[in-house]
Amino acid sequence: MENAASDVLNLFREGNSATVEAAFETLFRLHQRAVYGWILRIVRNPSVAEDLTVETFWRIHRAHARFEPAQGFEGWARRIATHAALDWLRAQRPGSELSTEICGELAAPATGDPAVSAEIRLKTARAFGRLPPKLRIAATLAVVEELPQKEVAAALGISVAAVKLRVFRALRLLRSDLKRQGITP
Amino acid sequence: MNAHDEDRIKTLLQQALPPMEGEAEPGRDLWPAMLGRLNATPDAELKSGWAWFDGALAAALVVLVALFPASIPVLLYYL
Repeated sequence: MENAASDVLNLFREGNSATVEAAFETLFRLHQRAVYGWILRIVRNPSVAEDLTVETFWRIHRAHARFEPAQGFEGWARRIATHAALDWLRAQRPGSELSTEICGELAAPATGDPAVSAEIRLKTARAFGRLPPKLRIAATLAVVEELPQKEVAAALGISVAAVKLRVFRALRLLRSDLKRQGITP
Repeated sequence: MNAHDEDRIKTLLQQALPPMEGEAEPGRDLWPAMLGRLNATPDAELKSGWAWFDGALAAALVVLVALFPASIPVLLYYL
C-alpha cells in the first residue's frame, strides 16, 4: 500500500505527460476531501471552498515538477491550499469577508455562552472579518480551530514564533476594534 | 494586552466563530471542474509559465544597461 502511494508520488513528480495525468487524478481523488476540509476551515463558505479546492489542485498540477516526494504530498498540498485561500481573502473587499449566510448563523443561539448575546457574537465576527488576511488566517487556524501552532506554521510556511506574533497582533487588533464599538471583552 | 485579556478575547472569538466540526465533504464531484480548468489552460502556459515575461524583463535590462552604463552599480546593489 505504502509502495503504491510512493509510486504514484514518483510518477507525479517525474513521469511523462500521460503518467503524470494519471497520477494527478489518483492524487486528486485521494486528497480532495482533505484539501476541501482544510480550505473550508479558513474561508467558512462551502461554495468558495469547492472553487478553491480546484484552484489548489490546478496550482499543484502546474508545480508538479517542484514536488519532493520525500516530503509527502499532504503537507505540500495543504501549504498550497492555504496560500490559495489567503489569495482569495486578499481579493475580498475589506469588511465583507463574512458572508450573510455565516452572519445569519451567528445571530441564532450558538453553542457558546448564552450570556454572550447574538449581537456581540455578530460584531465580533464582523470585526474579525476586518482583520488583515495574514493575521486572520493565523488566528482562524490557531485560535478558532485550535490547531497546533507547529501545524499552522507549516501550512503558512512561517516559523512558530511568527505564528504566535500574528495571533497576538490579530487579537490585539480585534480587541481595539471591539472597544471602538463599545464592547469590552 | 495581558494574558487575561488575551484569554477573554480568544473565548469571545471562539463563541462568535465556532470551529468547523466533523469531516467536511464537497457537495459535488469536483473532478469535472478540475478537468475543465486543466483543459482551459493552454499546454504552452503550463510548461513555460512566465517565460515571456522573463524574456521581456531581460531585454529591458539589456537596453537599460546599454543606454545608461552608469546604472550597472545601482542594479548590482539591488540584485
